[in-house]
Amino acid sequence: MTSPASSRARTPSRLSLPLNLWNALTIGIALIVALPVLVVLTHLFMPTDGIWQHLGSTVLPRYLGNTLFLVVTVGLGTFVIGTGTAWLVVMCRFPGRRLFEWGLLLPLAVPTYVIAYAYTDFLQYAGPIQTWLRETFGWSAGDYFFPDIRSLWGAATLITLVLYPYVYMLARAAFLEQSVCVLDVGRTLGRGPWRLFTSVALPLARPAIVGGVSLALMETLNEFGAVQYFGVDTFTTGIYRTWFGMGEQVAAAQLAACLLAFVIALVLLERWSRGKRRYFHTTGRYQQMPEFALHGGRAWAATLACLTPVLLGFLIPSGLLGYLSVQGGDALFGAAFLEFAGNSLLLAALASIVAVSLALLLSYGARLNPGRITRVATRVAAMGYAVPGSVVAVGILIPFVWLDHQINDFMKGQFGMVVGLLLSGSAFILIYAYLVRFLAVSFNAIEASLGKVTPSMDAASRTLGQTAGGTLRKVHTPIMRGSLIAAGILVFVDVMKELPATVILRPFNFDTLAIRAHSLAADERLAEASTSSLAIVAVGIIPVILLSVAMRRSRPGS
Amino acid sequence: MSLHRRTALPLAALVAGSALATQATAAEELNIYSARHYDSDAALYAAFTEETGIEVNVLEGDSDQLIQRLKLEGEAGPADVLITVDAGRLWRGEHEDVFKSVESEVLNERLPAHMRHPEGKWFGFSQRVRALFIDPTAVDADEVSRYEDLADPALEGEVCIRSSNNIYNQSLLASMIAHHGEEEAEAWAEGVVANFARDPEGGDTDQIRGVASGECSVAVANHYYYVRLLNSDNEADREVAEKVEIVFPNQDDRGAHINVGGAGVVKGAPNEENAVRFLEFLASDEAQALFATGNYEFPAVESAELDGVLASWGDFKKDDLNVSVLGENNPEAVRIFDRAGWR
Repeated sequence: MTSPASSRARTPSRLSLPLNLWNALTIGIALIVALPVLVVLTHLFMPTDGIWQHLGSTVLPRYLGNTLFLVVTVGLGTFVIGTGTAWLVVMCRFPGRRLFEWGLLLPLAVPTYVIAYAYTDFLQYAGPIQTWLRETFGWSAGDYFFPDIRSLWGAATLITLVLYPYVYMLARAAFLEQSVCVLDVGRTLGRGPWRLFTSVALPLARPAIVGGVSLALMETLNEFGAVQYFGVDTFTTGIYRTWFGMGEQVAAAQLAACLLAFVIALVLLERWSRGKRRYFHTTGRYQQMPEFALHGGRAWAATLACLTPVLLGFLIPSGLLGYLSVQGGDALFGAAFLEFAGNSLLLAALASIVAVSLALLLSYGARLNPGRITRVATRVAAMGYAVPGSVVAVGILIPFVWLDHQINDFMKGQFGMVVGLLLSGSAFILIYAYLVRFLAVSFNAIEASLGKVTPSMDAASRTLGQTAGGTLRKVHTPIMRGSLIAAGILVFVDVMKELPATVILRPFNFDTLAIRAHSLAADERLAEASTSSLAIVAVGIIPVILLSVAMRRSRPGS
Repeated sequence: MSLHRRTALPLAALVAGSALATQATAAEELNIYSARHYDSDAALYAAFTEETGIEVNVLEGDSDQLIQRLKLEGEAGPADVLITVDAGRLWRGEHEDVFKSVESEVLNERLPAHMRHPEGKWFGFSQRVRALFIDPTAVDADEVSRYEDLADPALEGEVCIRSSNNIYNQSLLASMIAHHGEEEAEAWAEGVVANFARDPEGGDTDQIRGVASGECSVAVANHYYYVRLLNSDNEADREVAEKVEIVFPNQDDRGAHINVGGAGVVKGAPNEENAVRFLEFLASDEAQALFATGNYEFPAVESAELDGVLASWGDFKKDDLNVSVLGENNPEAVRIFDRAGWR
């Protein structure tokens, strides 16, 4: 078997070896990240005694109705606000545009529970606005109509206000990356700004916009702090209540599985409607973007359109929190706060580095091996984003504690050492939890960006002798630099805001700003919680501003 | 090569992450899982460390999640003591088998029998009263003097009470089940739902505010939220408290519904001796002052000093139903709430 023919035959197999390695790596990472979700899914096949009947005949219809309402309203709201403002800021000239470019991102730093705390105090029946109305006009309860902030509508509005930046950011990046030539062709063919938007730019930006909206929707699905505070029963509060309140772990996990099925259906629906169309850049030629200069009323309308979300989603809630903190802030403000903030920052930084690296590997692995297995694996790995944090936490604890017990028993048997629970009592498990929860954030952003790099780039690079890894490092990474930074910062901000998994998984004597705000708010000390809530926002702004700088730099051709 | 360089960064991050682990290896220490979030607790732990030299590590979280974590960690877990704030939760802990029986003469002597688990699985260290709050200009204290009155059709559209997701309401309904049976308790829950002034929203303090602002004339809340408003630095808060009147319910029959804040030693506690010492410390007058009055609760030890406002209320009748019954009836209470449409 040493004939020349067989040695020639081996050459292609040696070539494909790195590809197999990539394949294994992709699937391996995906499985590790998907593990907690899979653990939760195994509950699907366990029996429950009558609990479903009870849920189905009492609360389940309400959970479903409320959740669907939130998904539809938040989906529409974030799409309209995010895409609309992104188009204005990229393509039009109007007063304040430079400011709005980054200002529109600011609500990203505000966790949903924080915006809920801020507005409730202000708008509720016993709050300053309604009290003032009653005193001024001599009304009493029932004499007048005032929208109840603690309602489904209130929750939908507030969630939209802090989640639209996901869509804005990805849509804006997509509009910026669009080749001027395409837009020029559109203009030459007589399209005005509106038609250019609807018939050229919007369809081209579709993957990015869908990515943004689906991020916002997944956040909505597992949103816990605000809906619980408002007493709006959703699937997530239902899972929490069934699991931790009724002690029905199996039924709760089955509810979580239903939530997942819903998400999978949404994703599939979008894929199916996109069909076989793919979106690549066909040219690297960029010029100064042709801008539409708006004048008079239209210019001010654009300013107002961009100002409103910033005002409602960031400026007003921060102002209200600032006022509350001055009135009666947190007694621990000072050194303890620096520690909370330090912990928050450290966790967020570590988690974002890991999440971006893995997302890059995963999306590139999927590009190299566009088979069904890789596609399914990467999708499953990103599912954790749609699972409520407290459920993810339990899904993580089950395998980790098992592993810890194995290690402990081994050490005891071999060396007579009692090491206790090594991994599950450490901050390591937190980083892992954030990865499980937020890999989708970095993955979506990076996948969308990688998808726009035409495959002929890869072909050229490989023809010129680069390995798969070399191509990623020397070709793709520089092209996608802006998107990578954006992905990292998104994860960073999400980790800063994360609450349910952090509460249950963190080690002893380890508190973050979010934990502090939650402890005080859970104890109904809203005024004191305002200080740490404001601090979360303040620390979160820094990366958001960095993000906007990174996005501006990444703009090709300017 | 390039692959190694790609993975080096995340690997380094993971290693750094595990280095963050708090090592539980100091000689004398105590690991506490606590569902209490009061700043006075820090003083409590400091006092214990000063007295005994034992270092205290704390993990604060939500009761149900802490119990879940304890259950998953099993006997190799690091926790020594679980502190939580409701009999329903203590029962859940017991039910999930996370507590170890403790035999302590000090605790048996200091704590009244109904504040202890019969087998020493947990001990109650403070008491809270689920009280009624009325607008004295709108209703008479005679008309609303029992929990049963909350379901009286005369109060239609007048009652503010929070969501049934809340354990305090679950325990209240559990006590109704214990006293009246399931059917009557369900009828009561339906009656209260029919009397809602608004859909349940907010916490206990918000219900008291609801009475003060005229949205409803009767509210249900734990007593300490009211004391907190009374003692607030904020003038607006004090005004709210002054507009409402506290009513201790059922004084002519079983007495006001009482709940406990308590703690127990965790099964497999690595520092069991220290854990028992800590519980005994909690029963001392000094610790009772911090544990109970730090949150304006009634101390479990009768010799301990009362907070000024609490002392001014004088004696009132408390329901002496054994608090473990509240836990036993909890799952049924949750189902009744669901059926009654109490959000």
